[in-house]
Amino acid sequence: MFETFETTTLQQYWFIIIAVLGALLVLLLFVQGGQSLIKTLAKTDEEKTLLINTFGRKWEFTFTTLVTFGGAFFASFPLFYSTSFGGAYWVWLLILFAFIIQAVSYEYRSKPNNFLGAKTFEMFLLINGFLAPVLLGAAVATFFTGSPFHVNELSKSFWDSPFYGLELALDLTRFGTFLNLALGLAVLFLARILANLYILNSINHSELLKRTRKSLMFNTIPFLVFFLFFLISILMIDGYAVDDQGVVSMESHKYFTNLIEMPLNTIILLLGVLMVLWGIIRAYFFTASCGAKGIWFSGLGTVLTVFALFLLAAFNNTAYYPSFTDLQSSLTIYNSSSSHYTLVAMSYVSLMVPFVIGYIWYAWRAINSSKMDAKELDDEGHVY
Amino acid sequence: MEAFDLSLINWSRAQFALTAIYHWLFVPLTLGITFLIAIMETIYYKTGKEEWKKMTQFWMTVFGINFAIGVATGIILEFEFGTNWSYYSWFVGDIFGAPLAIEGIMAFFMESTFIAIMFFGWSKVSKGFHLTATWLTAVGSNLSALWILVANGWMQNPVGMQFNPETVRNEMVNFWDVLFNPNAINKFVHTLYSSYTLAALFVIGISAWYLLKNREHIFARKSIIVASIFGLIFSLATVYTGDESAREVAKSQPMKFAAMEGLYQGGTNAPLVAAGIMVNDNESDAIHNKKKLIASVEIPNMLSYMIYLKGGEFIPGIHDLVHGNEAFGIMSASEKIERGTVAKNTLNNYKLAVKEGNTAKADSLKAQFYDPAFTKDYFKYFGYSYFTNPHDLVPNVPLNFYSFHIMVALGFWFILLFTLTLWLSLKNRIADWRWLLRAAIISMPLAYVASEAGWLVAEFGRQPWIIQDLMPTMAAASNLNSNMVQATFWIFFLTFTVLLIAEIKIMTKQIKQGPNHGGH
Ligand code: HDD
Ligand code: HEM
Ligand code: HEM
Repeated sequence: MFETFETTTLQQYWFIIIAVLGALLVLLLFVQGGQSLIKTLAKTDEEKTLLINTFGRKWEFTFTTLVTFGGAFFASFPLFYSTSFGGAYWVWLLILFAFIIQAVSYEYRSKPNNFLGAKTFEMFLLINGFLAPVLLGAAVATFFTGSPFHVNELSKSFWDSPFYGLELALDLTRFGTFLNLALGLAVLFLARILANLYILNSINHSELLKRTRKSLMFNTIPFLVFFLFFLISILMIDGYAVDDQGVVSMESHKYFTNLIEMPLNTIILLLGVLMVLWGIIRAYFFTASCGAKGIWFSGLGTVLTVFALFLLAAFNNTAYYPSFTDLQSSLTIYNSSSSHYTLVAMSYVSLMVPFVIGYIWYAWRAINSSKMDAKELDDEGHVY
Repeated sequence: MEAFDLSLINWSRAQFALTAIYHWLFVPLTLGITFLIAIMETIYYKTGKEEWKKMTQFWMTVFGINFAIGVATGIILEFEFGTNWSYYSWFVGDIFGAPLAIEGIMAFFMESTFIAIMFFGWSKVSKGFHLTATWLTAVGSNLSALWILVANGWMQNPVGMQFNPETVRNEMVNFWDVLFNPNAINKFVHTLYSSYTLAALFVIGISAWYLLKNREHIFARKSIIVASIFGLIFSLATVYTGDESAREVAKSQPMKFAAMEGLYQGGTNAPLVAAGIMVNDNESDAIHNKKKLIASVEIPNMLSYMIYLKGGEFIPGIHDLVHGNEAFGIMSASEKIERGTVAKNTLNNYKLAVKEGNTAKADSLKAQFYDPAFTKDYFKYFGYSYFTNPHDLVPNVPLNFYSFHIMVALGFWFILLFTLTLWLSLKNRIADWRWLLRAAIISMPLAYVASEAGWLVAEFGRQPWIIQDLMPTMAAASNLNSNMVQATFWIFFLTFTVLLIAEIKIMTKQIKQGPNHGGH
């Protein structure tokens, strides 16, 4: 079946899969958002344990999605993998570091004789909770704002900044840096919003829920500020356009043009943003009747929004990983992908994805069948 | 020849070695103990006896502690291919990326989903569903081993691909060749069986400690029986598959094989060296950096026999591989360097022709790479074009020799140990054999030594190649600054060491508490 597809079709198909994985990853960052909130929301030890266990049972999914996102990007767009990971070295290593310390923290925090003490492991969760969303968000923003690199005729990539990625967040002389930071912070506050909504959905504890509602509002305002700043800015800035010959040039209002020329994607984007807001509004204003369901709307909205942003950066003759030091080195879906054969093979593998999502759904429901409360923790064999 | 920043390459290697070795401290236990747990839970499911549930839960707790740090050390490896070996990621990403992605989609999700049920589902799902989840966790972790070993096997013996001069990379042309690469299959079975062996030794070691302390008798004896049967089967299988691996290495990586055996001068009657000590051979010249064996125990003629299952076959030594041996059709390294250089020049000329817009010339040069004869006679040696000195092609011989022999010797010891523990526990007398219990405790770390030694053989033996004959390690690294890599090396070193200490402390505490306490 896939053998008969054009290479360009497969390349687009694979970028869509990457976009889906990226979107799911941002949704699952609610675990990180939750970690960043534990200190603010929990007033007693019992509340803290409750929160840690609520998010702790899900951390593996976020982690594994990140790993799969990386693996899928490697298999389908290896030039992106070698250019970005080998160049923006510090960004990626910081992200990895944040995940390394997370992986042990849940399991080790409450175990006796754990060497570092519960406080340290909680600190690890806090670091992961802030660092991961900000850095991942900022990394995605570079799809629009570009990075300093060039690729030679042997397809070897070179990073053109001695700061190896740090400049993307610290070089305040570039407007793009502010956009990177803005999206990073928007993702952080979004993750915290989702975490609040998740708590409202899955915990039974009236004191905690009161604080959670408040926190929901506190995080929505900065989210809107940063996200709208980012969104409006990218519609104003020049974008990286590619012509039929593969020549890259700066085009004014390129992303705005994409918005106009890809109406379906625009609808997805707007629908996504509206659903995020609707979920928040429901949870905040109609708490009694339907507060618990907010996560469904905002969660799905998040997936749609992020998905549409990925496509906005890459489709309609746009370079998705642009270089601002050497325009012609910019990566497009078409010049950075695997061979036709590999894309076909991987496309067959992708048929397993619905099946995987199916059993995850099934298992998740089996575990979340009832709301989490203090009593439940007492009954359970394994507590973090 | 291009200039390479050796300090950058060495720090990158050190960083990869460090993180891989740490990862491998936790992986084999996961691979094996998940099956042991599943077997115990199956017995619980069938008999309904609480003591089997307790056993299952105790070993699950141990597994959980190990798993967390296994995951923490794994993520860094995956991304290191991009961060530290970025040119490698391009040159072979078309083939190498696929197993990594499949691993995530197929194996890691399975593992992490069903682990959640295993740990949090006791009171939420039915007994049958729980048991299924436990088995699926074991299957998931072993599937992840499959895909990563397919990837590693391909680096040892690249198959199923075609070089594309336009993109300057190797492209996959046959997925099944990559999956059923004999090297990958051998690696898969040998790695799994050795990991089952390690897990069995782990369970027996801890149970032996309880018996020595006069505690948890029933728990310990039952655990020992299950683990001894499991261990005996798989230690035999480990030796068998290890032997198969060695035969495969002799064919596809003769230099690695010669280094493992400490064989400098090949022959048709090469002896099998069972043990020996390597010292510098001062009589031969210094460039060769040659070692010689003293106090060695050798079985004459045995090596040819083991590899070809008949006597009289020629086994090349390091000397033959470097200088060639016409009588037996072994090509010298300088000849390979020349041929590799022809391939490299063809590539450069092609790139030049493209730049000059000379389409006809470019097309004809490009076509060469698709000609099977050119591939076989020239492109096959592409990686050699990076070298000028044939002696740079020799891996670290003593390291390979010792690692290999330690692994093999321990393999036989483990078989003996399992036989004894099984026999004595069936006769219900194991608690009286205190020296054996002590030996079982000591064998726990030895299992890790054997397992890590295996990887040292596999990876150091492949040097200087990152992809056998196609790409030397020095050409694979990212264009970073060596100070950065050095800095991250130390960061990982510190982090992992601290986490390892925490893991060991938590683990020993849980073991001291025993199966009748905690359970969290
Ligand atoms: C408990 C661990 C353990 C034990 C007892 C053994 N091995 Fe092993 N061996 C491994 C654990 C291991 C490993 C860690 O799993 C390796 C590393 C790479 C691999 O594929 O498996 C390995 C690699 C490895 C290789 C290199 C394969 C390659 O480079 O592709 C050979 C030739 C052998 N082994 C042979 C043996 C023999 C002949 C053994 C016993 C008589 C033996 N091993 C016991
Ligand atoms: C360089 C090669 C390797 C890479 C890139 C790698 C990558 C990873 C990653 C990313 C994880 C975390 C997965 C998660 O999200 O749960 C992991 C865990 C794991 N890996 Fe590796 N891995 C490598 C080598 C190996 C090998 C050789 C094996 C087995 C033969 C293996 C088996 C496992 C298992 C069983 C786990 C589960 C966690 C554990 O208990 O260790 N890995 N690996
Ligand atoms: C988990 C067990 C493993 C251990 C203990 C291990 C050990 C090592 C060691 C010691 C080195 C350094 C050799 C040198 O100095 O050059 C190395 C290098 C390397 N190994 Fe492995 N390795 C393991 C698994 C793997 C697997 C499964 C893969 C592939 C998927 C792999 C790919 C590499 C790469 C890319 C390098 C860097 C380049 C090189 O030096 O060869 N390793 N490994």
